[in-house]
Amino acid sequence: MKTGKKDILRVVNLGLKVDDRPILQNVSLYIQEGETYALFGPNGSGKSSFLSAIVGNPVYKVHSGRIIFKGVDVTSMPTDERIKLGMGIAFQTPPKVSGVKLIDVLRHCAKIGGKSEEDIYSYAEKLKMEDFLERSVNQGFSGGELKRSELLQLLLLNRDFVMLDEPDSGVDLENIDLVGKTIREILERNKREEERKKSGLIITHTGKILDYVDADYGVILYKGRIACVGNPDDILKEISENGYEGCISKCLREFPNLNNLK
Amino acid sequence: MSERVSEFEQSEVEESEMDEMEDPAVKRRLESVGIEFDPKKRSATFMQVDQKTAKASSFMEGVEIMSIRTALEKYEWVEDYFWRIVKREQDDFTKIADSEEVNGYFIRSLPGYKVEIPVEACLYLRKAGLKQKVHNIIIAEENSELNIISGCTSHPGIRNGMHIGISEFFVKKNAKLTFSMIHSWESDIEVRPRSAALVEENGLFISNYVLMNPVKLVQMYPTAYVEKNATAIFSSVIVALENSVVDAGSRAVLRGENASAEIISRTISKGGDIIARGHIIGSAPDVRGHLECRGLMLSENGKIHAVPELDARYPNVDLSHEAAIGKIAEEEIFYLQSRGLSKEEAEAAIIRGFLELDIKGIPDVLKREIDKAISLLETDLL
Repeated sequence: MKTGKKDILRVVNLGLKVDDRPILQNVSLYIQEGETYALFGPNGSGKSSFLSAIVGNPVYKVHSGRIIFKGVDVTSMPTDERIKLGMGIAFQTPPKVSGVKLIDVLRHCAKIGGKSEEDIYSYAEKLKMEDFLERSVNQGFSGGELKRSELLQLLLLNRDFVMLDEPDSGVDLENIDLVGKTIREILERNKREEERKKSGLIITHTGKILDYVDADYGVILYKGRIACVGNPDDILKEISENGYEGCISKCLREFPNLNNLK
Repeated sequence: MSERVSEFEQSEVEESEMDEMEDPAVKRRLESVGIEFDPKKRSATFMQVDQKTAKASSFMEGVEIMSIRTALEKYEWVEDYFWRIVKREQDDFTKIADSEEVNGYFIRSLPGYKVEIPVEACLYLRKAGLKQKVHNIIIAEENSELNIISGCTSHPGIRNGMHIGISEFFVKKNAKLTFSMIHSWESDIEVRPRSAALVEENGLFISNYVLMNPVKLVQMYPTAYVEKNATAIFSSVIVALENSVVDAGSRAVLRGENASAEIISRTISKGGDIIARGHIIGSAPDVRGHLECRGLMLSENGKIHAVPELDARYPNVDLSHEAAIGKIAEEEIFYLQSRGLSKEEAEAAIIRGFLELDIKGIPDVLKREIDKAISLLETDLL
C-alpha cells in the first residue's frame, strides 16, 4: 500500500442502468494519485459503460452508489464540470461532429489544460495530425487517426486523471509505438514512481498497451461486477491461458473474501 | 488583372436620404448582408432604395454595373435578355414585376476579364408597405469570371412590405459566375424572388443563398439550365424562426451532354416552417446530379419538409440524393462536453458547424464574406 498519496477516484457501490437494463452492480474502485489501473473484461461486461458513467454520459443512469472525484461527489455533475475538475477521457469510437473543426476543439482543450497555441501545433505534429486540423473532428478519420486525435486532445487537456478506452485497438504496427509512448507520457509512467502525479484507467483487450504503460493494478469487470483485482501482468497471462472464467475462478480461490460473486 | 477605374451613374436618391445609411443600425444591417460600400474591397457597387437607383459605380476595368433602366437605354440588345429565361406570365408576381416602375441592376463582366474581387449589389426596402419590383440581368461573357454578393434587406423598423425580384443570369461559354444572395428582412415582409440561369458550354454557375432572420414568407425556386460540360451548384443556408415560412428550392435542368449539378441545403427550424425543395432533371447523355438536404429541428414548433426530386429523361444519367432531418445528436453534445465545453457552448458549436457550408469553387474573399454574414446573423439563433 502506498502512503501519503492523495485520493483521486473513489467509486463506491456503483449501480448503473440504461433504459432500465442493469449494466453495473455494486462496482467499487479506488484510485490514488500516480496510480494507473488496467481494466479487463469480455465484450459486453460493462467496461466502456463504467468509463462513461465516471465521466458523466447522461445515457447511463446511476441508480445507486457514488462517484467521488478528488473528494468531491460528482455523481450528478455535468460532464464539462468533471473535466474542469480534472478528468479526461479518450473514447474508443468517438462520434464525428460535422462542421466542428479539430483545431477549434483543440483550442478549447488547450485553454482548459493551460497550453499555448504553439503547443497545439507541436503536439499535432508529434502525433502526425497536422493535416487534420482544419477537418471536421473525427469525420473520415481512420481507426488509427481517431486514436491519435483523441490522444492529442488529452495531451492538451492535461488532466490529472485520464481514462482510455482501448487506445491500442485499430492502431497499426507503425503507430502503436507512437500511441504507446504518448500514453506513457500522459500518465507519467516515464517518471519515477514517487514523482507521478497523474492517474489513469485503461481498458485493453489485448494488453498490447501494457508493453508501454506498466499499470500498477489490473481489474477484471465481469457481468457488470468487479471480479478480480491483482497484478496486471498476472491477470493478462491468466486470461490468455485460461480465459476470463478460468482467471476469475482462480482469483476467487485465492482471494475468497474479496468478492461475493455467485 | 483588371485595373481600377471609376464609372458612376447619377443617383436618384436625395443626398439627405442617403445620410441615414450612415446610421449604425443601418450600417450593421447592410454589413450583415455583405454590403460595405468600400471600394477597396469591392470591384463595383450598386444600391437600389425602393424603386430608385441610389448607387451604381464600377471600380474595375472589365466590370459593368448600372441600373437596368440605364442598361436598356444604353444597349439595345439588353432587351433580348429581358424575360428570356424567366417567363413574364409565370405567375402573379412576375406579372406585377412586369411594370413601368421596375428597376434593378445590370451587371456584366466583359469577355476574358476575370474579376475575383466581388461586386456588391444591394436592394433596400425603405418604405413600409411598398411592393418593391426588381428585374436584374447578370451576364458573365465568354471566358470571364464574375463574383457577386447580393444583399437584400429592409430599413430597421419597416415591418411590412413585399420584395419581388426577377433575376436572369447568363453564363457564357467558359465563364464562371458566383452569386451569393444574403437576405435579412423583418417579420411581416413577403419575398418572391424569381430567378433562372442559363449556363452555356463549359460554364460554371455557383449560387449561394443565406437567410437567417425573421420573415413572413420567402418563396422561390430558381432554375439553372445547364448545357454541355457546364456545371451548376446551389447551396443554401436557411433558418426559419417563429412565424416565418420559407418555401425554397433549387432546380437544375441538365440538358447538355456531360452537364452536372449539385444542390445542397442546410435548414434549421427554430419554430418556423421550411419546405426545402430540390429538383434535378437529367435529359442528356452522361449528366450527373446530386442533391443533399439536411435539416435540424431546434424547436417543438415549426416543421421542415424536404422534397428532393430526381427526374431522369435519358438512359445514361447519374442522379442521386440524400435527405436527413433530425435534432442535435446528444452523443455529439456529450463528446464536446468531455472536452470541457458547456452544454450550451457545445450546442452552439454544433449549430455553427451545421451552417458551415463547404462551398467549393468560390474565392476565399467571398467565403470570408459569407462566413462573416452568417456569424453576424446567427446572434438570433444561438
